[in-house]
Amino acid sequence: MEMRFVWQHIYLVSVSCVFTTIFGLLLGIFAYISKPARSVILWLVDILQTIPVLALLGLIMIAFGATSTTVIIGIVLYSLLPIVRNTYIGLENIDPGIKEAAQGMGMTKLQRLFKVELPLSFPIVFTGIRIAIVTSIGTAVFGAVVGGGGLGSTINRAILIQDMPTLMQATLTLMAMAVFFDIVMGYIEKRLKTR
Amino acid sequence: MIVYENVSKKYNDVTVVDNLNLTINDGEFVVLIGPSGCGKTTTLKMINRLNKINEGNIYIDNQNILDVDAVELRRKIGYVIQQIGLFPNMTIEENISVVPRLLKWSKEKCKQRVHELLEMVNMPYEENAKKYPNELSGGQQQRIGVLRALAAEPPIILMDEPFGALDPITRDALQDEVKALHKKLHKTFIFVTHDMDEAVKLADRIVFMSKGKVLQAATPEEMLNKPEDPIIRNFMGKLSYSRYCNDLTCADVMKKRILTVLETKKTLESVELMKHKEIDSIIVVDHEDKFKGIVTIQNIREHGKAGETISRITESNVDTVSVSTNAKDAFDKLIETNVDYLVVLNPDKTAAGIITRTSMTKALASVVWGDAE
Ligand SMILES: Nc1ncnc2c1ncn2[C@@H]1O[C@H](COP(=O)(O)OP(=O)(O)OP(=O)(O)O)[C@@H](O)[C@H]1O
Ligand SMILES: [Mg+2]
Repeated sequence: MEMRFVWQHIYLVSVSCVFTTIFGLLLGIFAYISKPARSVILWLVDILQTIPVLALLGLIMIAFGATSTTVIIGIVLYSLLPIVRNTYIGLENIDPGIKEAAQGMGMTKLQRLFKVELPLSFPIVFTGIRIAIVTSIGTAVFGAVVGGGGLGSTINRAILIQDMPTLMQATLTLMAMAVFFDIVMGYIEKRLKTR
Repeated sequence: MIVYENVSKKYNDVTVVDNLNLTINDGEFVVLIGPSGCGKTTTLKMINRLNKINEGNIYIDNQNILDVDAVELRRKIGYVIQQIGLFPNMTIEENISVVPRLLKWSKEKCKQRVHELLEMVNMPYEENAKKYPNELSGGQQQRIGVLRALAAEPPIILMDEPFGALDPITRDALQDEVKALHKKLHKTFIFVTHDMDEAVKLADRIVFMSKGKVLQAATPEEMLNKPEDPIIRNFMGKLSYSRYCNDLTCADVMKKRILTVLETKKTLESVELMKHKEIDSIIVVDHEDKFKGIVTIQNIREHGKAGETISRITESNVDTVSVSTNAKDAFDKLIETNVDYLVVLNPDKTAAGIITRTSMTKALASVVWGDAE
């Protein structure tokens, strides 16, 4: 197994997670603020997850070719759901007393969002990000099919030449990666929630 | 001055505030009371535009509140809610200074204000400012809630059942503190409750609402004395004051533990005594314990000389009543003459007690609700 593919995998996951987080947060906030947009956004991210990964990547490949861009876009779309949903739910479920106080004090909508509502819902949003990262480690494996590289390539080749040791190695690496991220993020999450 | 002019509010065709007219004067402590769902909260929240007015207008100092930006308006009106609603992500200091910071006060000014406010409720800055709300008890949290509303010195404070969720002892303490704050700060307080005890204790004027209308707006004494509607009488308890109060005499309602001072006492000594007991006037008696008059701190300051006895500056021309005087007459006299208290005399002219406004409301309350003490 080449280390190159491990790094490539981590690269795909990291870049896409940055974008997922940004877009997920924005969409989640938008769903919270705008009633008309809410059902559309929540429905859309739901639908995206029901499309099989390979079909989704195939569709994106038509526009962007067999590149890592295609893989990254695929991962982003595929892991939006937990972040969007948690952001929306987190904001929606803040104690109405606190929301009313913020409004009654004379905060503008934006001030309420940034000074009170987002900080308070952050632990739940963070859970969404954690789920998104862990799932995207698995999703990124499919990247190899559309030329994105990563551990998916290692696994594909190992299957072709029936190289059991490499296959095992790659799979274990993926699992270790997922467990590692999960533990680290879980730790941060716990720290956030103790307040 | 806050003026409600023909104000109505509907929720899906159900009228919850019905053509309301009400004027609230500057510095007044008004308590809105009434059965659940009668529209108290709705009436209150229309002032800071958390609730829309459907018909009519509300004016604050002759300005229609709809002509002011809602955000600007709210920053000038303190607001305390039952759920307390402190921001859990902010420290006590940050919570208190929310509105000052929105108003772009300087850091030092904010900090100084927080100091000052925490001082007022005996919660030292060093001990409390850096804590988070969940580290405080419910009562302490609501104290902070009140301070947060006062922070930017708004002329108007709205409170919606602020002590409803607190235990009776804490509630009582906070009521005292709020009343003291009102006395000290001369701001307009509008306070919602459905506890008549609380209303009587706090209000300059009680506004009784039912089904979105004002049934009666009157001082606590007046409302207890002459409830204008059976609903009010019912709300205040099974007993009616007018039926029983006629039998009460001053002896029944007066405060018996009073402080007297001999007329031969020196001025300085008397001042010390008054200061120590936190009173500003004292009853003067002679050697046979007979009532001679009263002397006030102000009297001593203005006319007294050090080393002199107080007999020369004792005010002897004060209103007194006898122990057998009908309590109702005494109350009327108290209201008419606008003095702080009346001295109650025994037949032999010794001082038996005093009647204050507090003893008046207490007496009325005990008649209405049965004796609590
Ligand atoms: N957002 C709303 N939508 C529909 N109806 C409402 C709404 N808010 C209040 N109401 C109704 O308006 C009426 C008056 O409500 P309000 O909250 O002013 O009563 P209240 O006197 O404060 O009662 P409570 O003592 O229970 O707090 C009630 O019948 C209530 O059900
Ligand atoms: Mg209410």
